[in-house]
Amino acid sequence: MTQPDTTTGTPPQLTKNIPAQGATDVIHDIGYRHYDGPRLGRAYARRSLYVQSLRGAYGLGRSARSKILPMILFGLMNIVALILDAVAIYAGTMTELPIDYTDYAFYMTPVLYLYIGSQAPQSVSRDLRFRTIPLYFSRPINQADYVSAKYAALTTAMFVFTATPLVLLYLGALLAKFDFADNTTGFLQALVSVAILSALFSAVGLLLAALTPRRGFGVAAVIAVLFVSQGAVSVVQGICFHQDKADAIGWVGLGSPTTLVDNIQSAFLGATPITPEGVEPSTAAGVASLAVCALIIAGCCALLLRRYRKAGL
Amino acid sequence: MYHPTVARLTYRALLGRRRAFIMFGLPALLLALSIVVRALVGADDEVANNILGGFAVATMVPLIGVIAGTGAIGPEIDDSSIVYLLAKPVPRHTIILTKLIVAVGVTMAFSAVPTLLAGYILNANSQQLAVAYAIAAAIASVAYAALFLLLGTITKHAVVIGLIYALVWESLFGSLVAGARTLSVQQWALAIGERLGKGGYILSDVALPTAVVLLVAVTLAATWFAGRRLRALTLAGEE
Repeated sequence: MTQPDTTTGTPPQLTKNIPAQGATDVIHDIGYRHYDGPRLGRAYARRSLYVQSLRGAYGLGRSARSKILPMILFGLMNIVALILDAVAIYAGTMTELPIDYTDYAFYMTPVLYLYIGSQAPQSVSRDLRFRTIPLYFSRPINQADYVSAKYAALTTAMFVFTATPLVLLYLGALLAKFDFADNTTGFLQALVSVAILSALFSAVGLLLAALTPRRGFGVAAVIAVLFVSQGAVSVVQGICFHQDKADAIGWVGLGSPTTLVDNIQSAFLGATPITPEGVEPSTAAGVASLAVCALIIAGCCALLLRRYRKAGL
Repeated sequence: MYHPTVARLTYRALLGRRRAFIMFGLPALLLALSIVVRALVGADDEVANNILGGFAVATMVPLIGVIAGTGAIGPEIDDSSIVYLLAKPVPRHTIILTKLIVAVGVTMAFSAVPTLLAGYILNANSQQLAVAYAIAAAIASVAYAALFLLLGTITKHAVVIGLIYALVWESLFGSLVAGARTLSVQQWALAIGERLGKGGYILSDVALPTAVVLLVAVTLAATWFAGRRLRALTLAGEE
């Protein structure tokens, strides 16, 4: 690179790059060379943010200490599936898995809550707390890109979290030579169910986490909302059952994210409900659950967009 | 052993601004639930027992305990503003004790009082259920606050670990493995509630003397160890 000619004030290669009429809008040009290579653009930035957030949800690319919790929880999800597999394969007397595919995620709800509760805040709270949000938006991406990348990443992470043990269960069932058609149907139904669950939990978790820059507080808020709403709904469902108002049980299930997904999978995906004595929700309650679920996801995304319209700017 | 300024700061850290929303939200939900259930079902001891035992003591008290216990000290350590407090000539054990008193007070106010109110709404204290559960909640508040305050001084992930204890240990393992229930603050507190309540509704897996000894021991040990941690904290921060 040649030294700029200080006597004339304009470096030689700049006179070549900048057209004469364009020079008027240069506020302060100290003579660095301009970049005229290809620019990767918004889509690339959004994809990078997605990949980075997805890896971050498992602590990959972060310090060893931040890998501990997601990996322990992920391990816990899978170890239980492996134990069930081992039981199914070595017992020799069984004809099907000891648990339904669709039930698995619901037996592990505390683990799911802890995962979404710990990973949703780590995905968004630190950006708010350390005020890196304006830096993102100084790049070509806008608020919608940021929200959609973070939401897609958390949903994918949650789907991987809930679907991997199902895959393990399915492989175990095939190894144990259980009925292929039954297992494949159950497995695919459960995959749809955990996909809905991932989308719903991620939307709720991300919104609550984005409300506070304090990570610890975000964790408490996410888990409180998911866990307490489920606790309250189960108590009311139990009461409905004892009062012989079994029709109401499905409708009460609209009150918490977990029971919403349970309603949907019981109504449409052939699952056994977690409600007391496995009372099935009516089809109407199932349709309503699907609608409420879609509404919650849309509402959370809209609120997230609103939140980031001003955040840190 | 009690420092009013530290108490005031802790109180404001716990109930300032948006933080109070969760704190008010949980008891409000319990009361709303009680009113709805009472209106639909009427006074029923079995139902009251389900709500007070299954929701208030099992869910609400540990959650509020986690928020108040870790919130009393966690954020200060997190943004290292604790250094300014530690630089003052106040004994570390006094700081911990003051923070514990505030955390216990807040936890009790937001868990035991709503439990008592909910009990009266649900069945007008029939079978002494309201009083028994409220006292159990109050006693659990002390142990939870001490335990989670200690967690707050040990790790930055105190909230998550506290919730793992409350959700996974007390709820999940507690319902699967009987042995996990003997080592659970909830069961110790329920042992006292079992003694106070009538009609055999409240059940605990732990005998009363064991429960009292364990409660006192855990609270004292956690408080002492938290003070000890705080004494070592400055050195670790400056290294």
